[in-house]
Amino acid sequence: MDEPLLSVKNLVTQFATDDGLVKAVDDVSFAINEGESLGVVGESGSGKSVTALSIMRLVAKPGRIVSGSISFSGQDLAKASDKKMRDLRGNDIGMIFQEPMTSLDPLYTVGYQIREAVELHQGLHGDVARIAAIKALSDVGIPNPGERVDSYPHQLSGGMRQRVMIAIALSCNPRLLIADEPTTALDVTIQARILDLLISLQRSRSMALMLITHNLGIVAEVCDRVIVMYKGKIVEAKSVDELFKNPEHPYTRSLLNSIPRLDSPLKTPLPTVDWDDS
Amino acid sequence: MPSNDSPDNEQIKEQTDRIVPSLAESPEPMRSTQDTRAERQMLTGLSAKAAKSLSSKTPTQLAWRKLRKNRLAVLSLAILIVMYLTAFFGQFIAPYDYTSQDITSSFRAPVTIHWTPWPIVYDQTSHFDQYHFMIYTDDRSKPHRLLFFVHGTPYKFLDLFPTDLHLFGIAGNDKVYLLGTDQFGRDYFSRILYASQISLSVGLIGISLTLIFGLLVGGISGYYGGWIDDLIMRLCEVIMSVPDFYLLLALAAALPPTLNPLEVYILIIAMLSLIGFAGMARIIRGMVLSVREREYVEAARALGVSNFKIITRHIIPSTYTFSIVTATLAIPGFILAEASLSFLGLGIRDPMASWGNMLSAAEDLSSLEQHTWLLIPGFLIFITTLTFNFLGDGLRDALDPKSR
Repeated sequence: MDEPLLSVKNLVTQFATDDGLVKAVDDVSFAINEGESLGVVGESGSGKSVTALSIMRLVAKPGRIVSGSISFSGQDLAKASDKKMRDLRGNDIGMIFQEPMTSLDPLYTVGYQIREAVELHQGLHGDVARIAAIKALSDVGIPNPGERVDSYPHQLSGGMRQRVMIAIALSCNPRLLIADEPTTALDVTIQARILDLLISLQRSRSMALMLITHNLGIVAEVCDRVIVMYKGKIVEAKSVDELFKNPEHPYTRSLLNSIPRLDSPLKTPLPTVDWDDS
Repeated sequence: MPSNDSPDNEQIKEQTDRIVPSLAESPEPMRSTQDTRAERQMLTGLSAKAAKSLSSKTPTQLAWRKLRKNRLAVLSLAILIVMYLTAFFGQFIAPYDYTSQDITSSFRAPVTIHWTPWPIVYDQTSHFDQYHFMIYTDDRSKPHRLLFFVHGTPYKFLDLFPTDLHLFGIAGNDKVYLLGTDQFGRDYFSRILYASQISLSVGLIGISLTLIFGLLVGGISGYYGGWIDDLIMRLCEVIMSVPDFYLLLALAAALPPTLNPLEVYILIIAMLSLIGFAGMARIIRGMVLSVREREYVEAARALGVSNFKIITRHIIPSTYTFSIVTATLAIPGFILAEASLSFLGLGIRDPMASWGNMLSAAEDLSSLEQHTWLLIPGFLIFITTLTFNFLGDGLRDALDPKSR
């Protein structure tokens, strides 16, 4: 495909704090093709999440997008109207958050929360919306979807809730799914299952995926291409194979070195990420 | 991705149709019950019994289950329900009108009911003692059977249905004074019932108004922030910085004496709400500030839900549990404030009855010594306040999401 699905050019997002301007995202450019999966890695505070929120135009005050363009299938999201953005959110771009325990409203059944999306974007109502909710739950591998649709979030485990979040995000068949550290809050065995689920859903729906994580292992498993962010800038962008074989930037190298390895000698301290450009 | 008419989807739809009872009228006719149950078992891997136990409980049901375990709260709730029902059917239960006086029956003591086995009361004769107090003694020669569902003073039940049926009474022109009479010979029991309609409703209507204003003002203030927030909050602080009771006294004293009792009643509730809402708005604002940063609100935004729906569906409902508890605990304040105003003669005025203005008859100690039943309204205020507090505490525990 010639035109990428999402193309971010020279994006700058700043936060005006009392201590001065914080450049959370500083001149970032990248693109995601239709059906492609892009990993965004970097340490905490490197601007991964703000990049994602900028694409969704959900950067909270005092932050704002200062300059740059975010082109999503021909429209510039940086300049789109609020109404236009609301139509896109959930419908064309789905998003999954880090904390499955708190991302569901405790007052409503999971079915209600899936229906909220399909009623909004697909105009489904009543029993049809309910069936869509049950179908969405069964798609993400929740057993007894017909009963679980009436469950409240507190009745579900963390892994189940994250499945529900994925179900909500995918209920309207978005063309791009942004997953912001979707497995960070889950334990390791659940992490693997949620990732498998994400991969299979992404492939079966030929949906583009932007996976934000600080876990390079996950990137190696899931993504086609990867960008490495550091202090609001992209320091390296290439295919996953290339990155692991031939990391160019010293920060990337340092990041890769800090992963514990089975063959490293016993009782040696783990290397830390010690590269700093300042 | 499988297209919409693939066998996969058909199967899921079939499953749903059978699982969801509300879909029974789907195009495909339901099969026999046995058939369906077997399939559902197979489908869900659960026996019907286990499936039932899995059936979800709403947060309300969970809270109710917890509340039921708190005996004090349940007892309080029961007492309150009885009191409110009694007040609701007040005109029917009261044997007489709250204004009907009998100047020859001033300060009668509560009657003694004799069970023979049918309940009877005796006529009373009166004389003055050496202190010029009227003394009433039972006249054993004139018994009256206490009758139920008697026809008496006509009234309009709920202001709609004209009737003259009363729960109890005695035949003839004599009257039964279950809880004695006041200075003017008005039946104390009837007056207490009419008073309870006012005193108990002041709390409920007052807190409803306060909650509506508080949720609205606090919600706007918290969600929009900025100068709107500043303006509203400073205004609330101004209201809160004036001592409540003085403000109330000043407002009550400003009421023109020409108002009819109903207008006075409405204005008093309005004043109480005006004073109470500032505190409520501040607390609601604080809650909204914290709720609007929650991840599920962010998630709703990421779904494209509009601001209005986020406020009404996700933010305000999140403050409900808090609002319910606060409201329950605030009701006694309204009842007490009305009672205090009426006690001072600035609230509900004679001949209308409220517990507060009835209590003002009990302020004279020497009179109280002789007529102890004049304290009954005070006792009722005490019970109401206490039960609302117990219930509020119980609700707080039951609705606390952390204790689940």
